[in-house]
Amino acid sequence: MEYFIQQVINGVTLGSIYGLIAIGYTMVFGIIGMVNFAHGDVFMLSAFIALIILLALTQILGITPLALALLIVLILAMVLTSLWAWAIERLAYRPLRGSFRLAPLISAIGMSIFLSNLVQVTQGPRNKPVPEILNGVFTFGDPAGYTVTLSYKQILIVAVTALLLAAFWYVVQMTSIGRAQRACEQDRKMAALLGVDVDRTISLTFVMGAALAAVAGLLFMIYYGVVHFNDGFVPGVKAFTAAVLGGIGSLPGAVLGGLLIGLIEVLWAGYFSNDYKDVATFSILVIVLVFLPSGLLGRPEVEKV
Amino acid sequence: MPKQSTDVRPGRAGAIAAAVKDASGTALLALGLSFPILALRTDQNMANQLVLDQRWGYVAVAVALAFLARLLYLLRLGFAAPTAPRIATPDADRAPLVRAVTIAGVVLLLAFPFLVLAAAGPTGAIKWIDNFAIQILIYVMLGWGLNIVVGLAGLLDLGYVAFYAIGAYAFALLAQHYDLGFWVCLPLAGILAAFWGVLLGFPVLRLRGDYLAIVTLAFGEIIRLVAINWVDLTRGYAGISGVPRATFFGLPFEDSEDGFAAFFGLEFLTIHRTIFFFYVILGLAAMTNWVTLRLRRLPVGRAWEALREDETACRSLGINTTNTKLTAFSLGAMFGGLAGAFYVTSRGQGFVTPESFTFMESALILAIVVLGGLGSQVGVAIAAIVLIGGTELLRELEWMKQIFGRDFEPTHYRMLIFGLAMVLVMIWKPRGVISTRMPSIFLRQRRAVRADLVGEGHG
Repeated sequence: MEYFIQQVINGVTLGSIYGLIAIGYTMVFGIIGMVNFAHGDVFMLSAFIALIILLALTQILGITPLALALLIVLILAMVLTSLWAWAIERLAYRPLRGSFRLAPLISAIGMSIFLSNLVQVTQGPRNKPVPEILNGVFTFGDPAGYTVTLSYKQILIVAVTALLLAAFWYVVQMTSIGRAQRACEQDRKMAALLGVDVDRTISLTFVMGAALAAVAGLLFMIYYGVVHFNDGFVPGVKAFTAAVLGGIGSLPGAVLGGLLIGLIEVLWAGYFSNDYKDVATFSILVIVLVFLPSGLLGRPEVEKV
Repeated sequence: MPKQSTDVRPGRAGAIAAAVKDASGTALLALGLSFPILALRTDQNMANQLVLDQRWGYVAVAVALAFLARLLYLLRLGFAAPTAPRIATPDADRAPLVRAVTIAGVVLLLAFPFLVLAAAGPTGAIKWIDNFAIQILIYVMLGWGLNIVVGLAGLLDLGYVAFYAIGAYAFALLAQHYDLGFWVCLPLAGILAAFWGVLLGFPVLRLRGDYLAIVTLAFGEIIRLVAINWVDLTRGYAGISGVPRATFFGLPFEDSEDGFAAFFGLEFLTIHRTIFFFYVILGLAAMTNWVTLRLRRLPVGRAWEALREDETACRSLGINTTNTKLTAFSLGAMFGGLAGAFYVTSRGQGFVTPESFTFMESALILAIVVLGGLGSQVGVAIAAIVLIGGTELLRELEWMKQIFGRDFEPTHYRMLIFGLAMVLVMIWKPRGVISTRMPSIFLRQRRAVRADLVGEGHG
């Protein structure tokens, strides 16, 4: 039982990170109907940005209070990653609206390759060990038997995720920005006729997705303690799986899918085999797409001619 | 049109000022983008801790480049005359020229090993035949194979390397466990890869474009992960080594009584094997091309091209889209498998590991197809020569090493450039830079504009 609880704690932590990334996929898909293939690499880039800023703050500027440093890192990483996402959308995706079917997807793949190799070239191909921070744990259960540990990092991750999702939910549901986004999602042409700046709204969607991915990047970096230029690929596909599982286009679905994928991955590794945990996730992706393409909470897709 | 330098239109100074302002904005953006990732490099010190290395010079260069690029782009855009889109006309008079060039090319290709041998000698020639010609031809074949799937049928396959891997492993396992020769294993590897293409393709080919791309990506990763983790069969990361090498119809390339050299009364040279491999891959690539060209004229080829242009219309016309996609997918897979089998015995030196089949390999093949021109055979071949041969050539250049330092490795930069090139190609010439392939058959009379000037299925 303790073992199970431990796995659930780990799964929810991992699932929170996937959920944050998945929102970026699901929002972009909802609004312009494309798989933003570069999103996983934006996430990886944000982890590097967060790492570099953290090092710069502690080593060059000498800011010692950890909470303050982390807050600055969080804000700066969100801003700088959003800037990247904005530039990518402006440069690589916007000129392709109305081009042939595969064009945006190929462009996105090109961007993904570019980003991961950019980080490889500028930061080097080796693993980057992150300075140890927030190492404390809470321990529960019988000290003689199997104990359940809950680390500060895990609490931080779940708390930050919950907080940001609430803020995000508020923006999408309660503000005029969110209303414009939902309008564009339903009918872009009609929204434009009614005075919604569609280009700006789409840019904003990319920016919001990237900001959440930056949070995920920071949390990922702290949680795993190591980052690598190829780290965007597998978490990116898993987060996309989460978005598909939850029903692509649906925001609660993305979070639910993220948590489910996190739990499945951790439980699979805990009870079956660590080697095949990625195979399990990728198989879920295939199975869901083939048998349940609208996901758990999504709307069935209607093909328009 | 008057010369641009003497053109004094009203508001020209204003236009320049606006362009400078806009370019400054771009420079500022470049500063923001390059600030953490380019300015500060994380390096490990002796105690295995990360320290920052400040490189503001690079940032300055990046910002200046962004400023200049944007400025030049805007000025060109502001003053260049709008040119009318050219209407492509089929040039019948160029046919004899094309034919002459083709024949010259084929003759040159056939004579290539001997020309190199004469120029560089038996030891120097191995590098040129093996590193350049054979490697390029493998990628030409892979590009042509993927071209059937992506270029003709319009199915974006991001896991093409899976079939390359299946072919390679099938060849290695068959040759090792059943002691079959190269010429038996090669077609078997192709058939197995095609079989896997059907198996994987059948459930997923009814998915729409982006989903299909992701699912094929997942398949590619699953195959690689299985190859890593199924240690009993594949020996995991260690890979399968000692796969029997190809023989010349039973004559091994070795320095012995019954070897190839002794049989023909030649002096034993390792380059014999390399030359043999060159002709094998040349034949395989030629076969890929021939099959594609023939199929393009058959109903199934026409159906592929129609599918690429508009799937809904295809279905309305009664084409069985699933079967059509499946043939393209499995045929592409077969050529990938053949290339994989060949790779193991030639450049793989009888050694196969999962490391050769990463997503980057798929991406590289896709880059070849996209940059060459979706659907164009010539374009893909030229793209493979430029992309693969170019990388190898960069590795050879001494002065590049003097500029970028001794450990300059062009393969690190090549995917960076190819990735960006894919984006730019999609923006400027989505049907390919080097060549453009229009559908083999379409209504010529009633089209007012070229097919690539309009969105798909309209006009």
